[in-house]
Amino acid sequence: MRELSSWKFCEQHLTQKQAPLCVILCRGPTFSPGSCYDHVGLWRLGSNKQSIMHLRQREVNIFFSHFIEDYWVVGREERCRYFGAMEKMSRVTTALGSSSISGRTMFCHLDAPANAISVCRDATQVVVAGRNIFKIYSLEEEQFVEKLNLRVGRKPSLNFSCADVMWHQMEENLLATAATNGAVVTWNLGKPSRNKQDQLFTEHKRTVNKVCFHPTEIYMLLSGSQDGYMKCFDLRKKESVSTFSGQSESVRDVQFSMKDYFTFAASFENGNVQLWDIRRPDRYERMFTAHTGPVFCCDWHPDDRGWLATGGRDKMVKVWDMTTNRAKEIYCVQTIASVARVKWRPERRWHLATCSMMVDHNIYVWDVRRPFIPFATFEEHKDVTTGIVWRNQHDPYFLLSGSKDSTLYQHMFKDASRPVDRANPEGLCFGLFGDLAFAAKESLISGDANRKPYPGGDRRYPIFFFKKPDPTEQFANVSSALSVFESPVESKHMDWLVTTARLYLLSGKPFAELCDHNAKVAKELNRPQVSTTWTMLRIMFSDPANPSTPGPNHIGKLGTLPLMNSFSMKEMGAGLGVEGRLDRSKGESRQDNLHLEPGTSLINSNNDENEETEGSDGQAEYMFGDAELDDDDLYSMEHDNHGAEYQEYTLPQEAFPLRHEIIDNPSAPEHLQQDKADSPHASGNEADIMCLTPIESFSLISISQPLFSPHLPAQFFCPVVREMLIHYAEQGDVQMAVSVLIVLGERIRKEIDDLTQEHWYMSYIDLLQRLELWNVSNEVIKLSTCSAISCLNQTSTTLHINCSNCKRPMSTKGWICDRCHQCASVCAVCHHVVKGLFVWCQGCSHGGHLEHVMNWLKSSSHCPAGCGHLCEYT
Amino acid sequence: MRHATTATETMGHNSIIATGLNICSSCEQLSKKDLGIRIPRPVGSGPSRFIPEKEILQVSKVDPRTQLIFEGAFATLGHLDNISLVMGFHPKYLDNFLKTQYYLLQMDGPLSLHYRHYIGIMAAARHQCSYLVNLHVNDFLQVGGDSKWLNGLDGAPKKLQALGELNKILAHRPWLLTKAHIENLLKAEEHSWSLAELIHAVVLLTHYHSLASFTFGCGITPEIHSDGGHTFRPPSLSQYCVCDIANGNGNTNHPEEKFVNHQVSDFSGEVEVLMERMKQLQECRDDEEASQEEMATRFEREKTESMLVATAEDEECVPSRDVSRHFEDPYGYKDFSRRGEHVPTFRVQDYSWEDHGYSLVNRLYPDVGQLLDDKFQMAYNLTYNTMATHKDVDTSMLRRAIWNYIHCMFGIRYDDYDYGEVNQLLDRSFKVYIKTMVCNPEKTTKRMYDSFWRQFQHSEKVHVNLLLMEARMQAELLYALRAITRYMT
Repeated sequence: MRELSSWKFCEQHLTQKQAPLCVILCRGPTFSPGSCYDHVGLWRLGSNKQSIMHLRQREVNIFFSHFIEDYWVVGREERCRYFGAMEKMSRVTTALGSSSISGRTMFCHLDAPANAISVCRDATQVVVAGRNIFKIYSLEEEQFVEKLNLRVGRKPSLNFSCADVMWHQMEENLLATAATNGAVVTWNLGKPSRNKQDQLFTEHKRTVNKVCFHPTEIYMLLSGSQDGYMKCFDLRKKESVSTFSGQSESVRDVQFSMKDYFTFAASFENGNVQLWDIRRPDRYERMFTAHTGPVFCCDWHPDDRGWLATGGRDKMVKVWDMTTNRAKEIYCVQTIASVARVKWRPERRWHLATCSMMVDHNIYVWDVRRPFIPFATFEEHKDVTTGIVWRNQHDPYFLLSGSKDSTLYQHMFKDASRPVDRANPEGLCFGLFGDLAFAAKESLISGDANRKPYPGGDRRYPIFFFKKPDPTEQFANVSSALSVFESPVESKHMDWLVTTARLYLLSGKPFAELCDHNAKVAKELNRPQVSTTWTMLRIMFSDPANPSTPGPNHIGKLGTLPLMNSFSMKEMGAGLGVEGRLDRSKGESRQDNLHLEPGTSLINSNNDENEETEGSDGQAEYMFGDAELDDDDLYSMEHDNHGAEYQEYTLPQEAFPLRHEIIDNPSAPEHLQQDKADSPHASGNEADIMCLTPIESFSLISISQPLFSPHLPAQFFCPVVREMLIHYAEQGDVQMAVSVLIVLGERIRKEIDDLTQEHWYMSYIDLLQRLELWNVSNEVIKLSTCSAISCLNQTSTTLHINCSNCKRPMSTKGWICDRCHQCASVCAVCHHVVKGLFVWCQGCSHGGHLEHVMNWLKSSSHCPAGCGHLCEYT
Repeated sequence: MRHATTATETMGHNSIIATGLNICSSCEQLSKKDLGIRIPRPVGSGPSRFIPEKEILQVSKVDPRTQLIFEGAFATLGHLDNISLVMGFHPKYLDNFLKTQYYLLQMDGPLSLHYRHYIGIMAAARHQCSYLVNLHVNDFLQVGGDSKWLNGLDGAPKKLQALGELNKILAHRPWLLTKAHIENLLKAEEHSWSLAELIHAVVLLTHYHSLASFTFGCGITPEIHSDGGHTFRPPSLSQYCVCDIANGNGNTNHPEEKFVNHQVSDFSGEVEVLMERMKQLQECRDDEEASQEEMATRFEREKTESMLVATAEDEECVPSRDVSRHFEDPYGYKDFSRRGEHVPTFRVQDYSWEDHGYSLVNRLYPDVGQLLDDKFQMAYNLTYNTMATHKDVDTSMLRRAIWNYIHCMFGIRYDDYDYGEVNQLLDRSFKVYIKTMVCNPEKTTKRMYDSFWRQFQHSEKVHVNLLLMEARMQAELLYALRAITRYMT
């Protein structure tokens, strides 16, 4: 090296100022080792101050291998990125010298969808290529200006239909495109004619997916094609210099390494990535499987030697460290769609930009250390983004993108949306026993004086959570505090929910019985309001003439009670402040008011601790007029379907026929007997206690006929019931809402919109599952009528089993083991394959059909397989 | 079927009768005992009308892999359908095929089981494929489907009726599919489809359209338990016995077969000529570089020509089954070919299965994208490096020509393919067969099957059929998925 002093100076300079970039220029007449370089220059870029140390020659041609060797000896390769023949040095000077580029977020319409874009070295122009477009736009301050249309000719050939385009990073007149018909075309913008096509290589048999110029070598072009070959072209020659065969499937991307002169990476459709030495076309240097499915793109890190980012159809972006012997995955970002392009962000070591092949139209910039949430998002495009490129290799604030929606965008980083800002930093979760955990920014919580440190010391920074703050990371460092609110042990406030969930009957009995049963359950749990609601529901929606009301029965029993009671009750009702309402009801149903009043007040009396007294009273007024269910239909249905239908229906449909059957169960005598036998009906029960039954029952019987008026259909109550349900749900008692919804079924379902229903179901099911009430939750799922809910228990019903002979997993289908060709899971009793319920002893692991084993165990307690084990089944 | 009956009616060869005599007498005793039990006997001979049963059964005996797959399939389904038996020639593919079909029909998915089978019936009925229709009518009823639906689409829920249009277009003119069709399905108030359901339905439709092609292309005979698959007529004495047929001896002496065998000698040079052409194409590829316009015209020519290829004489019309009749509709591919309207070109470089279709399917119906991808690749790359009696032949060129020719018939163009090759490699009778099988499979005849590639083995013809089936399925899927993508953006 001749100018050793300069080199030294350079080194010093670099370490002091942390120069991000250097350009070294040299020219030597011969390129053999040891030859002296005539002119070597070192030039610092990046910040606006340049220091040109030496630059004399305009035409420089370098053979880099030796240069790099020398350079390596000098030992500064970490700092230098660009070696090049700097023909247009002056241009670079202006471009970078004029205090970086400026601009704004802007776009322009293209005539056709773009497939790829590329910028020229000085970041002033961009080329857009696609099937029907091939244009150059210049980037002005405020807009894109079309400079040149390269697509000339009356009937453009397929050579113009580009899959990829690249602008040479040193020679500003040189472009290369990959055509869908397998041609590799170079274009010389310096040509005087309209057709700028320079060279045409038609060596590939299939579509060429990617072209790539060597970053420093002016005449070297690499292409990767669907036919599985990569070809290296010397632009001074008419054909390829060397061909690399991946020995596998189609090549999706090829990229020269920024750092190693000879190395390039190729990604393949079968998920592999190969590293090649350009001098050795016979064999790849290294190969590893990066993704499942095609690897659509790869990109070398501009600064870090040996960092390679790959993106694949499996929706992942992976960063590989290639400096070690085995390629090591150091970062992985999971995106939401297959990754079409990936580009490292200049000057930001950890950032990379991605866009996707399908479905998702946004461009994301990720910090690879924070793989869960994008650092920034550009959401301008209306169709998939097909090409992204950072406008300048040293400026991280401008991103250009082309899209299938026929637009070309320049995105400013400051205009990007930051998903982190929108992310919710607070978390809230209920524990199984009602504890509440709440995490929030520490600043919000620190003021809280009631905070007690967690027993067992301050665990705010457990070793494994603590993350060293990294100044290069642009994420705000948020430290959160976690508070846990424990509910006192004695207040078992969830108990009622569990008990209720267990005891409630939702189907399987006549409607009225269900209501009564549930009312009773609620009453026993000391929840009178709920209990009354159930009772009223029964009254509102069932047939008043229905003998299932315990009228005659109670008359018989309690008929001797003095009638006086009713009057006292009336007073009581009046005392409760419902007189006005009662009066109105009197007016409405004149002749019967005498009887009606006590009945109404009965309801009220049940409600005396209920803040909703008035509302319920309003409902109660009409309690005798609600017989308007389609009696005929229901009756006929009931007779037809009684036995058969019940058996046949399964899963979601089940609910309806059952309920129809319920409403008007005519089997009165049997019912009554039942009532006598075990505890009386819920309503009856209450009535007994209140000593009001005779009046109520009496009035029921006598009044129901005259009040049986067709203009009070059941629908009449629906709005009220709907409000009631919403009220319960709002109050947090979603259990009530869902239970009523199920029990009422068709009667109310239409009134409430599907989304709300679904929401309630989901909440209740979630609650049940947290409380491990699996059976109840399954019943609710089964009975729900929302398709979204009822399918819940039909997914993931697969059970994975191992072969009982060879202990290996069974393939998904069949009862036969692939490996040992034996029927697995054979019943020990009948020696047939068990399909369905299989029960086995956990001691000896023999078993079989549930029935067979049960029968067997009646006669013998030893294992049916004859192994001598005393089987135990729980 | 008609063929099969004629086969049984022809006189058996003496030697055959001699070998089967013992069993025959016992069989006849059985049938003469007159217990009042009617013993059904198969109408057809073996799983396929085109391929001698002996050959099919041999495969599974020789290849342990095939046998294993058969065992598995039998264990899962409880029976082995004729399609699987014929596919047994290519166990690697069969494995993929069964896995995919099982997943589509039985495993987790957006559609309920009876919907799946019903869609299968709808699709198969478009081609009057009574074989598949019968198969799925049984399954449909078994999983609790409403038999009223089987009286025709009118009996089915509105939601499925809406799918009828898509079914029709997909089966016959997928290029007419637009985003409006998709929108109609997805935005139909209470009868609307969800995207995931639609993808599932589309995959099922295309699967059964192409499977219908295969069924006809290989002349699959009805299962013995389904209608038309058996007869209760006692075997006439002039014939050889049932057991002979079951053993697959019946067909070998079929006069037509003889005729074919006889013909083979005349066409003995065929394979060599084909191989020679492939070699030539391989070598002189670089010499004559056709201009771009020339390439474009070649594609157009191939496309229009493919439409004009006369499909079939209407001489042999398969009587359609009760069920499939209800789904019939005069809408068909033939309308199109007669009118010769222009099919817009679909560029595969702009929307391909690997890049776009896969992602979309896998997003909405997880795992199915992968299964289909594997199946397509398996079908496309399957080779034994043999051609008829020749070994170590690179058949990739031929396979690509077939694949691209089928896509060409659907207006799908590969920029990087020279459609001149198709003309060189596929002769007219082969083109007729392909065209018929893909567009009007119900008109495939044994004569067509026999008249192409006379020297090739049956397994190779089945291989071709697999290729046709998968290519067709992919073509339909591409159009459907592109429409869905357009709807989504």
